[in-house]
Amino acid sequence: MTELLDSTSPSESPIMTETTASAISAGDGPLKMTTRNVDVFYGEKQAIKDVSIDVTMDNVTAFIGPSGCGKSTFLRCLNRMNDTIPIARVTGDITLEGEDIYAPKMDVVQLRARVGMVFQKPNPFPKSIYDNIAYGPRIHGLASSKDELDNIVETSLQRAGLWGEVQDRLQDSGTALSGGQQQRLCIARAIAVDPEVILMDEPCSALDPIATAKIEELIHELRGKYAIVIVTHNMQQAARVSQRTAFFHLGTLVEYGVTSDIFTNPTEEKTRDYITGRYG
Amino acid sequence: MNSSAAFVEERNPTDWQSDAMQQRIRKRYAAERRFKALGISAIILSAGFLAFLMIVMVGNGLRGFTQTELPVEIDFPAMTGGATADQFRGANGPANLRTLGVQDIVNTSVQIQYGEEGSELFSAGGWQAVNQEILKNPQIVETKTTLYLPVESEIDVAFKGSGSETAENKVAELKDRLSTGFNWNFLTNSDATDPMQVGIWGALKGSLITMFITLLIAFPIGVLSALYLEEYAPKNRFTDLIEVSINNLAAVPSIIFGLLGLAVFLNLFGLPRSAALVGGLTLALMTMPVIVISGRNAVKAVPPSIREAALGIGASQMQVVFHHVLPLALPGILTGTIIGMARALGETAPLLMIGMRAFIATPPGGIVEPATVLPVQIFLWSDEVNRGFVEKTSAAIIVLLLFLLTMNALAIYLRNRFETRW
Repeated sequence: MTELLDSTSPSESPIMTETTASAISAGDGPLKMTTRNVDVFYGEKQAIKDVSIDVTMDNVTAFIGPSGCGKSTFLRCLNRMNDTIPIARVTGDITLEGEDIYAPKMDVVQLRARVGMVFQKPNPFPKSIYDNIAYGPRIHGLASSKDELDNIVETSLQRAGLWGEVQDRLQDSGTALSGGQQQRLCIARAIAVDPEVILMDEPCSALDPIATAKIEELIHELRGKYAIVIVTHNMQQAARVSQRTAFFHLGTLVEYGVTSDIFTNPTEEKTRDYITGRYG
Repeated sequence: MNSSAAFVEERNPTDWQSDAMQQRIRKRYAAERRFKALGISAIILSAGFLAFLMIVMVGNGLRGFTQTELPVEIDFPAMTGGATADQFRGANGPANLRTLGVQDIVNTSVQIQYGEEGSELFSAGGWQAVNQEILKNPQIVETKTTLYLPVESEIDVAFKGSGSETAENKVAELKDRLSTGFNWNFLTNSDATDPMQVGIWGALKGSLITMFITLLIAFPIGVLSALYLEEYAPKNRFTDLIEVSINNLAAVPSIIFGLLGLAVFLNLFGLPRSAALVGGLTLALMTMPVIVISGRNAVKAVPPSIREAALGIGASQMQVVFHHVLPLALPGILTGTIIGMARALGETAPLLMIGMRAFIATPPGGIVEPATVLPVQIFLWSDEVNRGFVEKTSAAIIVLLLFLLTMNALAIYLRNRFETRW
């Protein structure tokens, strides 16, 4: 893996990327995002060391690892949410559809619309359910009429599996929903701006098992429509929802591959130790 | 495992019933009770001060809203030589009234009923009440009418409480005819030299205009500064310096802002002296740091998850600030603004420096006309020798407090409305 990644140069051709990806995880669908030699620094401290991962359209990619291993930090590089932290510095190449997302001409606002994010704690806006969903389309001007906007709201809620529960109370506050419903509302909100990639940062860590099961079911349904990257603490969850798993430890990518392989037959000692519960 | 088990064995079980333990528990409860008692007495003390202030102010001040009156019978048909009511209706009314010579008519009527020295019993400007009465109800010039006119200040004071010996004698003499009426003049007039004729309207209007200018300048600048410093500005030594400066500015004695206003607005910009515009600008300088500080705290209190949520779906920094942060921070910002404005409303010292302590007998017509404000008016009246001004001062304080309460109530209403809008 290391040799392959070392060979990547800035002038890398799409074909080259394809080969690299197939080397990492054969039989994938079209490539969505690639990352090469990514380092992240918080001031002097290096939080991510030389990570290279490809995200494909057809698979759910899970990032696992013990607390503080940098998996969330890395996830937040993918839509440049780290920009909001003044001391954070990201180096290396991260591309979306072949475009360098850290290039100066990249519009961060547009990038975040294309790479949506769902956070650890459900964070609906203190507005109505309708406005929560409609906010993204409104600021990006995705709907030209009220009917179109209504339509976007309805389909987004349907895709997030929330429509049946809230269709009669779209004007109620989004914060009045239960935790699991709020999280699905946040997913619907991300879907509403029609992203290509959805990043999920431990989306179930604040939820009970039933709400968690619903979210996992939802991730299954969304797979293929969006490239999904999920960070999770819960190894069973990674095994259930993902097809590709990356194991992080102390800021480095220890192992990345097909989920079933990682869980049944890891190549690295550290991965095996983590998965079998020796530490973490 | 083994070592911790050994540790548990070494330690004796806690004896909750031992004397030493009971002693400690008793001490703890005693400390609890002491603290509670201290708290209650502090509350009672401050409530007591408030009640004392209210009782004294209201007790003195309410008398300022009334005036002592004597009846004067005016035989209009005989004295005006047949003026008709129609002359005083419509646009020409005031002009026709001036030619009528009301002052002489009133003086003559007074002398007929109260003797040669009768005019001295009445407030010098009291005849103007007759003017107002005619304009309000022109019909009276065709009849013989009895009007109640305000008495001279010393008699007023003597009738309401205790005055000089001569005044008390006169009160005793006129006791049956003296009566108390509501002093409408106090609400509609401006400053005057005769305490019977003074009013609060000029100062109230001055305060309103000044506050409006203060709010207009300080609120947007304060809120924008707070938003910029919290949401945009990088955290470095320069912004730290700005923060320290703003905090210091909020603690600067107000009179220094007056000197600043004098130097900058009057000397440098050449704006007119005593104007509400200059007063408002000066007070805005004073209020702005308070709004910035409270605004920053309110903005800081907005949960970062809301910002992340908005950023995460591709809102720009400005959209995050104006769609999410500002609406959530607004109740807090408004609270800070109320505190700042309330302080500005009660401020006297800086306005003295820019000339708002002048004697101004007409309400200001605009932002650059000479004006005074309520606290300065109170200060000026409290300085007067004439005893009639004492109750006027208290009455003006009541008006100021009511103004303050209204302002706060409005702000609290607005705050609650914004809070429950979601």
